[in-house]
Amino acid sequence: MLKITKYVVYDILRSKVLILYTAFLGIASMALFNLETDPAKAIISLLSIVMIILPLVSIVFSTTYFYNAYEFMELLVSQPLQRRTIILAQYMGIGLCLVLAYVIGVGIPMLLFAPGEVSVILLFAGIMLTLSFTAFAFLASVLTRDKARGIGVSLLLWFYLAILYDAILIGILYAFNDYPLEKVVIGLAACNPIDLARIMVLLKLDISALMGYTGAVFQEIFGNGLGIAMGFVVLTLWVLLPLWLSVRIFRRKNI
Amino acid sequence: MIEIDSLCKTFGKLPVLRNLSATLPAGRATAVIGHNGSGKTTLIKCILGMVIPDSGSIKIDDQEIRNQWEYRNRIGYMPQIGRYPDNMRINQVLGMMKDIRGRFQPGLDEELVHKYALGELGKKSMRTLSGGTRQKVSAALAFMFSPDILILDEPTAGLDPVASEILKDKITESKKAGRTILITSHIMSEVEELADDILYLHNGTVGFYKSIAALKEETGEEKISKALATLLK
Amino acid sequence: MIRILIWFSLLLHGSCLFASDLEVGRGKGFSTLQSAVDKAKPGDRILVYPGTYEAINLKIEKPLTIEGKDWPVLDAKGKDDGIAILCSDVTVKGLVIKNTNRGSLKDYAGIRVFKASNIVISGNQLINAFFGIYLSDARNVHVTNNKLKGEAPDQSSSGNGIHLWQCANSVITGNHITGHRDGIYFEFARHGFIEKNVSEKNHRYGLHFMFSDSNIFHNNQFVKNGTGVAVMYSTQIQMLHNDFAENWGGSAYGILLKDIKDSHIRGNRFEKNTTAMYVEGSSRVKVDSNRFVSNGWAVKLLASCQQDTFTCNNFIANTFDISTNGTLYMNYFQQNYWEKYDGYDLNRDRNGDVPHRPVSLYSLMVEKMPFMIFLLRSFIIDLLDTSERNVPSLIPENIVDVTPRMKELELND
Repeated sequence: MLKITKYVVYDILRSKVLILYTAFLGIASMALFNLETDPAKAIISLLSIVMIILPLVSIVFSTTYFYNAYEFMELLVSQPLQRRTIILAQYMGIGLCLVLAYVIGVGIPMLLFAPGEVSVILLFAGIMLTLSFTAFAFLASVLTRDKARGIGVSLLLWFYLAILYDAILIGILYAFNDYPLEKVVIGLAACNPIDLARIMVLLKLDISALMGYTGAVFQEIFGNGLGIAMGFVVLTLWVLLPLWLSVRIFRRKNI
Repeated sequence: MIEIDSLCKTFGKLPVLRNLSATLPAGRATAVIGHNGSGKTTLIKCILGMVIPDSGSIKIDDQEIRNQWEYRNRIGYMPQIGRYPDNMRINQVLGMMKDIRGRFQPGLDEELVHKYALGELGKKSMRTLSGGTRQKVSAALAFMFSPDILILDEPTAGLDPVASEILKDKITESKKAGRTILITSHIMSEVEELADDILYLHNGTVGFYKSIAALKEETGEEKISKALATLLK
Repeated sequence: MIRILIWFSLLLHGSCLFASDLEVGRGKGFSTLQSAVDKAKPGDRILVYPGTYEAINLKIEKPLTIEGKDWPVLDAKGKDDGIAILCSDVTVKGLVIKNTNRGSLKDYAGIRVFKASNIVISGNQLINAFFGIYLSDARNVHVTNNKLKGEAPDQSSSGNGIHLWQCANSVITGNHITGHRDGIYFEFARHGFIEKNVSEKNHRYGLHFMFSDSNIFHNNQFVKNGTGVAVMYSTQIQMLHNDFAENWGGSAYGILLKDIKDSHIRGNRFEKNTTAMYVEGSSRVKVDSNRFVSNGWAVKLLASCQQDTFTCNNFIANTFDISTNGTLYMNYFQQNYWEKYDGYDLNRDRNGDVPHRPVSLYSLMVEKMPFMIFLLRSFIIDLLDTSERNVPSLIPENIVDVTPRMKELELND
């Protein structure tokens, strides 16, 4: 499996898109850290990038790459390799490259300019989101053979998780305003990797105190080491679940 | 030897293979022919495990291939259009395949690599290659691991005459070495030259499956294309 | 006539001319402070040398100066008050007073002043006192440069650091108070001057005052207190150049104003508080030239407020600048610098040409539904806020700064 991953990585590292993406992240974070006098504010701005751009680029890039590498996968499928090996190797290759781009573009400047717990959590949250949305991309890609449709499904998934989900939540919370929703809200947040990651980072930015009772509930759940570990476990589920589904589908797929 | 038994495959609502059965013996070359959409490619993909049949079985030397993958060590496949990662160079592609399969194979057959001078082109990236050169790469890969079974999908399409001849020689030689060979082609002269038997597919099932000699005898034609025309009237 | 002369000479004798020093310590004239106090004549000075002395409700009932040399320790042994000053013209300096009784029946204090005036309490340390310095019915008391360190673990078992009840003309300067319930507590205390104190890490309020008019707070620091500073039911308060910082937690405020009138809050720094300024039922409060930086809410202005003005303040990096719970009338915002302002200044008068509405839609949502806070910094929220700011429909029309500054204001401390 690692052999194939090696070639996938090799292939992607040469693509200009990935270099552009890394450069964009690098320039954005350097600019933020240099323009903002307060590193905490730069991190908050970075958070927005991580929560919107990162999932978008991860899912679109991975989907596009998946379809572009389709023939390559055909070739591999006809070889003495397990289907699972092939798709996992591809996934690891793409995931590794995107994570690398993020770590170089955002992680290193962040740890240089604002070392601390928040940066570490944001770094890991970003890595998990990248891996999660790459997995979502694979799921979208194995669901349909048509490239345009696959990218469409990916974009919809991104739009749903990054924007629409929260909008729907606002609607629901508005409608059930009179009920005690604190615990429900946590459940709903865990149902969206972006929300979960954002809340985990914000809790470390001491936003918890703004949250009043909700904050207390959040703090109780995510505030300690165990809670953070739990959060990452759920984020890991958001990587493994779509990945497992795509492997399952890919194994039975007609290439 | 490949035994295909009652193979069925439907894509959506479109039946592509209907109860197809055939046995391809070792040491002979079988040409699979038929109209476009008759099921040739699907059959090949089923044997390669790329398409999973709805029902029926495929056995290679008495071993069922469903959910298996090791058997593909014994197959060399040359696709109709070989596509490779754009950013990779020829020798990287060759190296990668050796990486993947090499450990199962002690000796490598690099005759085609040499004859097609792929080593000299090694630095070229796959993106810049002509269709013909890609076919050479595919051919070289198909034979490289001395497989028992060769599946060649339109092998000479796109190859220049010299390269075609080299490939045909290689196929003939492999047949003599007792390998099972499956070819699809639309070029009847090529079929005649390379194949021993013809498996004619029609609407996803076997139209006929005969040796070329028998076919000629039956129809009284010298040329296979004519023989076919006569037979399919 | 002669009688008067004799009395007069006696008075002179007692108070200054023939005032003498009494020494307390090992190998000195007195071995206990009590015996020195008993012996002392009005106007005498008692010098206390290093050592530990019992001071259990030690009553001072004549004008005396008690001065510690190199920190003698007065231990109340957990039994009662430390020193009780029950007459005027007393000075207490340089003592370490420890371990008062604590309990709910009586407000035990390290130094108690009752019905007295012209008192100086200066440069003492009060350690593990229930109440630190407790003034009631006192006038002209100077409490300066004392260090108070409470050791009770929580709010219910601790007392206040400097406690004033029905006092006037008090001067509280340069004290450092920590670990008490309220750092400084004023009730019915008027015309006080509170300057350069540091009140930090107290269990409840750094400063708490009620029904105390006409006080001036200047250059104090209120940092990391349980719930910040609370100022209630008072008029004519001047709060100038104070620091309200890091009062952070579920219900922590930099400053909480409730029913405050005709007051002035100027040149203060509010940084990293959950709610920097909470204003309820207050009117004619002038808030100007303050810095609100990195707070959760810079100002929560409740609908019960009227005629409060906010001018020339800097609002920087707050999660929410202004939040309110209803419709505000007659409160004014002028010439503030809002970091969130995204307008322009074409006529170069340093004021933005487009009015700024500091209440965001999201802050209204959070006010109504606190759990909405978990959508903080969600893309959809930014989207809603931006669109609402450009085309206001739900945010209050009349909370608006029509002359927002383009650049941060230089504020002199």
